[in-house]
Amino acid sequence: MTRHTGSDDGDETSGTDESHGIDGTSDDEPRGRTDDEPRGSADGDRCGCGSADGTPQPNVPEIGRDERPAIFVPDEESEERGGPADAPRTATDGGVESATGGSDSTELDPDAYDPIDVFPEGDLDLRDGADSCYKCTSCDTSCPVAEVDDEFPGPKFQGPEQWRLKRKDDHDIDESITSCSNCMRCDDACPSSVPLSQMHNEARGQFVEEQMEKLSLEYVRNRILANYRTSARLASVVPRLSSFAMNFGPARWAMDKVLGIPKEREFPEFATTTFREWWRDRGGAQVENPDKRVAYFHGCYSNYNTPEVGKAMVRVYEHFGYEVLVPPQKCSGTPMFANGMLKDARRHAETNVENLIEAIGDGADVIASCTSCSMSLRQEYPELFDIHGIEDVSNHTFEALEYLRIHEDLDGALAESDGPGDEQSFAYHAPCHARNQGLARQAVETFRDVDGVEMEDVGDSCSGISGTYGWKSEKYEKSMQIGEEMFDHMEEAEGKVGMTECPTCAMQMEHGTGYEIEHPLQLLEETVVA
Amino acid sequence: MAIDSEVLVVGGGMAGITAAIAAAREGADTRLVSHKASTLRQASGLIDALGYLPATEPAKPLREGPPTAGRNLDPDEWPDPEGPLTDPFEAIDRLPEDHPYRLVGADALREGLELFDDLVGDAYLGGHTDRNALVPTFGGSVKPTARYPASAAAGLASDDRPTLIVGFRSLTEYDARAFADRLAAADVPFDVAGAEVEFAEAFRADAKITRLAKALDRDEPIDGTPAREALAKAVGPHLHDVVDEEGGVDRVERVGFPAFLGDDHPAEVRADLGDRLGADVFEIPMGPPSLPGLRLEDLLYDALDDAGVRFETGTPAVGYAVTDAGDRIDHLVMDRKGSEVPYGAEAVVLATGGLVGKGLDSDRDGVREPVLDLHVPQPADRYEWFVDDAFGEQPYARFGVRPDERLRPLDETGEVAYGNIRVAGAVVGGADVAREKSASGVSLATGLVAGREAAREVQQ
Repeated sequence: MTRHTGSDDGDETSGTDESHGIDGTSDDEPRGRTDDEPRGSADGDRCGCGSADGTPQPNVPEIGRDERPAIFVPDEESEERGGPADAPRTATDGGVESATGGSDSTELDPDAYDPIDVFPEGDLDLRDGADSCYKCTSCDTSCPVAEVDDEFPGPKFQGPEQWRLKRKDDHDIDESITSCSNCMRCDDACPSSVPLSQMHNEARGQFVEEQMEKLSLEYVRNRILANYRTSARLASVVPRLSSFAMNFGPARWAMDKVLGIPKEREFPEFATTTFREWWRDRGGAQVENPDKRVAYFHGCYSNYNTPEVGKAMVRVYEHFGYEVLVPPQKCSGTPMFANGMLKDARRHAETNVENLIEAIGDGADVIASCTSCSMSLRQEYPELFDIHGIEDVSNHTFEALEYLRIHEDLDGALAESDGPGDEQSFAYHAPCHARNQGLARQAVETFRDVDGVEMEDVGDSCSGISGTYGWKSEKYEKSMQIGEEMFDHMEEAEGKVGMTECPTCAMQMEHGTGYEIEHPLQLLEETVVA
Repeated sequence: MAIDSEVLVVGGGMAGITAAIAAAREGADTRLVSHKASTLRQASGLIDALGYLPATEPAKPLREGPPTAGRNLDPDEWPDPEGPLTDPFEAIDRLPEDHPYRLVGADALREGLELFDDLVGDAYLGGHTDRNALVPTFGGSVKPTARYPASAAAGLASDDRPTLIVGFRSLTEYDARAFADRLAAADVPFDVAGAEVEFAEAFRADAKITRLAKALDRDEPIDGTPAREALAKAVGPHLHDVVDEEGGVDRVERVGFPAFLGDDHPAEVRADLGDRLGADVFEIPMGPPSLPGLRLEDLLYDALDDAGVRFETGTPAVGYAVTDAGDRIDHLVMDRKGSEVPYGAEAVVLATGGLVGKGLDSDRDGVREPVLDLHVPQPADRYEWFVDDAFGEQPYARFGVRPDERLRPLDETGEVAYGNIRVAGAVVGGADVAREKSASGVSLATGLVAGREAAREVQQ
């Protein structure tokens, strides 16, 4: 068989161990091309990204991280993010050296001349993203916030347009960036592969870093929300008391008034035994298998709030003969990105990358049960941070059900099973972050032919909570407006149990309908393992 | 283990959806993958089959030498396209021989349209006749089209009832008065006036069109008045704006709005407005952001689901492997956020779009098909790819993969490149869909044939 992929070692996960892009050392052959004709060599040093051999990869869609280096370098403080300190920042217009050095035209070599090279680009330049935007407004049309919020100018403004505006030093980031919920639907909508969420993250990080009053209650509130892990870790010391205290009426009233955390929402309960405690108590992995190893990234929520999801993951994977590793880990960073707390996110990322890369070295792939965790590790990490090994982590990370669908005969196992104990109907909502990973339909497809299971997709709308967005008093109403479509469809659906992969979507689903919400892994455990 | 299916369709637009449903209806286990959310949301929502026949030969022969570059060829030396055509089917024989319609035949177009009618039900009209309908579009021109959304039905240009076109100052892409003037200049058989009304002003100056649609869907109060009532009140004073040739004033019988009358409940919004205005209400299809396109996307993806097709977005095809014999594709490789995952299939339909949809890629060295590296015929000298007249007969518009009549792609020697591949939609060369007004029809006809062929490939 002739392989026409980036690597040719015949392994079906081949190519995943290559570093794509960030350091420009990708040595991919152009895909699907066996001849050796040179193509577009003039593009070789364009923006210092893409492949180093200068071969454009026409068939590789321009996923943000393949094209651009990471944008967030924490220790530069307010120094230019735009490149090495000694490289003067290039203005968008004016002051730019001519590509040809302004020499007279007789010296022009038409073959070497390429208009793309006119503007030399700094290391951290998102110009490609801004230039790729042809203003079709697909992002705006897909934005759930713009649909309900008169004050929000939409992703096209927050991304490419704002990027252009702030090329000039005297422009602040517009504070409307804090109304972006980081659902990332715009990424999926853009037909031109503009790295919208990356641009939003950059702008939001800059806004919080440089313009937001660090003593303001909003900052404090956002910092608390973004660092959910910290609160959850403390709360889990005395879980019952925490669950009570956090939902204690007068306390909630005060939180609403002082911090802006909506009193309408119920705080999730803290588990009396965290996932990691359970894991320790059971003596860790029950299956050893050097050939089939996965490292479980449980994230904060499965650990502190819904350990049953983590347990289901372990039991299902052990059922399929996998050795499960549970490396030390911190927050994936998702709530921090959404609140512009990039320094916090980076600190956590360093721990995560260090431990996950070690597991990968032991032959494991990284498995997340939360689609926002997997999204963060896969996309935001390499887009935002330049940490050794971060590309490997990205390329080895999968969502739990996704991985089994790729590597195991899940349909076969489900067909052989007797189904769950009794008939069950679910109203399934695909989280926005699952959608961007191509996972929006996997739960429905996996379970819809299983005897005794009804699985209904409640549509492609956003649940409206988007992590911490719906946890802010000033956004609560809008969050519920966005969610209305999903609530309606859930009510219409046959099933009276909700299902989703995302913990905060689950909160919103429960909040809007009163349904109990399950994770697909729990159903998988019930059907395949039981 | 790869993710396996019998038929794998690459591309989430009209052609891909049609192919996937056609294959699934033949009994094949079908999966559709798409790099991004469907670009149907950018489409006008009109389903055109063939509106014009552009000339492919200049009125007088070109001079010797490179045909176009720097020649300042007078655009007037090209004859105007023939049209608008009354009957798209009748004109197919006059298309160039290598046009996709000529390859798959007029029956394929007819069946493709029938399939479409079946999928969308009463959300679309026009299926009662072979003839084109004339639908005003937001540029003020009238477009010949085979099917149109129910929301546009009351706006047909062949209707002679007096018409009011409503616009909003904040919707800058749409000027109602200029629109009405252009319709009048086009000699439409009805009296028409345009009016700019206050309504969208209650929202932010650059409010997204989806914001307006949602407000109407929910009948949200705007400054205390429910949105639909507020809109009707704003339009009310203009119902007698139309002046006929004799200077008499007619009460309008239909009112056209930019296409933003609701996202989830458009029929309800139209009916409500119609009752309040005492006139039929219609939408004028617009460019992106396009609510009719979004609604069509919803309809067709529901149809995919009903047909049992598996589908996913967010997974671009980045590589492929051929079988040992080299004449068939064994599997495609999809990118899942950095990890490459093989997708096995017995037959593959490539419906990735054309130069705009990125199913064809180009730079200064060439034009190529990026997923399977299929052969795309093109002049070696890039100055022969285009002509100076921007609206002229542009050779690049017809670039694309050239298939046989079973839509198997051909290599540079004219042989079938891979026996289990079919191509559909804009990736297929030979049509200048923008000038012909044939984009949807080409997608439906080739999608239908490609899907059926792929299913047959599996059954063999």
